[in-house]
Amino acid sequence: MSFFSATATVPQNPTFVSSNKLSFSLSSSSPSTSSFNFLSFPSSQSIFCKSITASSQIARAHAPPSPATTTTAASSFHGICYVVGDNIDTDQIIPAEHLTLVPSKPDEYEKLGSFALIGLPDSYTVRFIEPGETKTKYSIVIGGANFGCGSSREHAPVALGASGAAAVVAESYARIFFRNSVATGEVYPLESETRLCEECHTGDVVTVELEENRLINHTTGKEYQLKPIGDAGPVIEAGGIFAYARKTGMIPTR
Amino acid sequence: MASSLVPPPTTSFFHTKKDLSLSASSQRCQKHASRRVSCSIAAPQQTQRQPSTTGSVKTAMTMTEKILARAAEKEKATPGDNIWVNVDVLMTHDVCGPGSIGIFKKEFGEDAKVWDREKLVIIPDHYIFTSDERANRNVDILRDFCQEQNIKYFYDIKDLSNFKVNPDYKGVCHVALAQEGHCRPGEVLLGTDSHTCTAGAFGQFATGIGNTDAGFVLGAGKLLLKVPPTLRFVLDGEMPSYLLAKDLILQIIGEISVAGATYKSMEFVGSTVESLTMEERMTLCNMVVEAGGKNGVIPPDNVTYKYLEDKTSVPYEPVYSDQQASFLSEYRFDVTKLEPLVAKPHSPDNRALARECKDVKINRVYIGSCTGGKTEDFMAAAKVFLASGKKVKVPTFLVPATQKVWMDVYSLPVPGSGGKTCSQIFEEAGCDTPASPSCGACLGGPKDTYARMNEPQVCVSTTNRNFPGRMGHREGEIYLASPYTAAASALTGYVTDPREFLQ
Repeated sequence: MSFFSATATVPQNPTFVSSNKLSFSLSSSSPSTSSFNFLSFPSSQSIFCKSITASSQIARAHAPPSPATTTTAASSFHGICYVVGDNIDTDQIIPAEHLTLVPSKPDEYEKLGSFALIGLPDSYTVRFIEPGETKTKYSIVIGGANFGCGSSREHAPVALGASGAAAVVAESYARIFFRNSVATGEVYPLESETRLCEECHTGDVVTVELEENRLINHTTGKEYQLKPIGDAGPVIEAGGIFAYARKTGMIPTR
Repeated sequence: MASSLVPPPTTSFFHTKKDLSLSASSQRCQKHASRRVSCSIAAPQQTQRQPSTTGSVKTAMTMTEKILARAAEKEKATPGDNIWVNVDVLMTHDVCGPGSIGIFKKEFGEDAKVWDREKLVIIPDHYIFTSDERANRNVDILRDFCQEQNIKYFYDIKDLSNFKVNPDYKGVCHVALAQEGHCRPGEVLLGTDSHTCTAGAFGQFATGIGNTDAGFVLGAGKLLLKVPPTLRFVLDGEMPSYLLAKDLILQIIGEISVAGATYKSMEFVGSTVESLTMEERMTLCNMVVEAGGKNGVIPPDNVTYKYLEDKTSVPYEPVYSDQQASFLSEYRFDVTKLEPLVAKPHSPDNRALARECKDVKINRVYIGSCTGGKTEDFMAAAKVFLASGKKVKVPTFLVPATQKVWMDVYSLPVPGSGGKTCSQIFEEAGCDTPASPSCGACLGGPKDTYARMNEPQVCVSTTNRNFPGRMGHREGEIYLASPYTAAASALTGYVTDPREFLQ
């Protein structure tokens, strides 16, 4: 899916290690003492050290989404998956009663994560976040068509990211959810060639290989092709549109 | 009702269908250009008119492409292009404003100034009449920011006990934007709300964005947007007296599905559209996002200009699709053949005839929101109550979208009622007293939100979404319908075709 065309030059072959969470800290010292940190992560896990002034090497540390999940190889996500159906709308991802939480406030970001997918109907007997927990044990969400339809609330990809999910693999996406995922760098919105929501089951152990556009279901032993993320990849990988725009010279580096 | 106010236009701005297959630009996707989909009985032939006001047609473009090209200071914009677009108006509200401001401050600095204090419109509307402290704090954040930045258009509310003592307070942002003159033909409006597309009714490019994009616009005044291809919907025929624009958009969404227009622009033309009032046109464009659409757009005409006359002094320049512009698909509807519709739970494209659902017992009716809470929506509901002379059989909740709508409900005489207002008719019918204007229970909201669905009930609603949990309870069932159908259903306690009362 072409999202941002390369209207500015993208550094060639940026190497990046996989990250469940993508964030950035500006290398230049900022006058800002703001507590706002819209891509903030659990402080115990925050070790972001990307230098946007570096030419082509991007060093990034990643934060494991939860103790139950590990990310091993570069450019891949590994963990257990949570499977949902078609047209999972933003009210199911984060119900409106929780929208009073402001994602740019670190403590409220965390709280948003604890409500991720809480709006799914009771028919989902296995919940994305177990009662009493604040993080999910599922690092990959697998959905059907039109994932993220409905509201423009950025709280939706933020809630998924803050819960510990690293990627969504769906048959297709609603436009604003896809864009918000890219703009924030919170989750990788990957598209599958086939209806993986009927092939995989909640709890299956899966690996997503980003560079090979491949999803491996270790539980069933099957492999599936994913669609290349295209121009959106470098934006998510940079940590969102601000970081990407600065990196590529679209807006001045501070 | 809607059609009677507008003189029929003498001409139509587009040519016959045959011309649509001709693409002037070799860079266009020719293979898509001639695709047409007929959804109903063939419509009458369109009358032709000169391609006036479209300027040079060396590069044929749709309305949406033209607006984006101009805003990007480019000669042309082709679907798929990613271009930096200058923003004429950025709107945000209490749910997404604080987060957008947070990102703006983080990225541009604590002392940064917004790109233009007169182009930002901030409208608290979602969670207003609640004791939820965080919701109240979010409005405080907006107020502090507007004071700090000297924002010209901030529709504040301080006294929650009585909205009427807050002269600046409006209510639902999309309706307030129109009523306050912020929707102007040919401009670009971005908003942190998916129903920002409502403003396409004015021939404006209007779409919803997230907090991060809004934070970017706050500082830069522009945004990288992908130019969408356009689907064209030709609606012809005189609007039957029992239909409203809500029925038309439910018909279209049912036809193309909730993802049928994903990444695309939806352009509405035809004699029916030309006959619609501005509020009805807003209903049509409001729900394009329910089909996945990026924006909806209606060619401005005398109805548009008349509406804007006393609302804005800002000069604007409308644009129109060229005769030879490329459309991805064209859908044609003969409106005279349509019947009142509902969208059944739990998806806006789960279309059914209202009369097919007559055995569905309901617990409540809700009339409100940016989709179905405008003055004409309440007038339509009142018309049904008046025609029946009966009382409602289920609790019927009324939430005017804005303070202006609320005043209209209490002051405008309903035609044929002998001078009664909507509020009087609603009271006689046994409805709940019209509530304070806001987004209300359309999206559930905090637990103490008026008319929120706290039990797993069945509701007929004039709102826009019937996803699980949308109005509060995860197991609640929502039937989306026009104000006519909603009022008729209130009178029987079942989903009801309004023709039972209007004929």
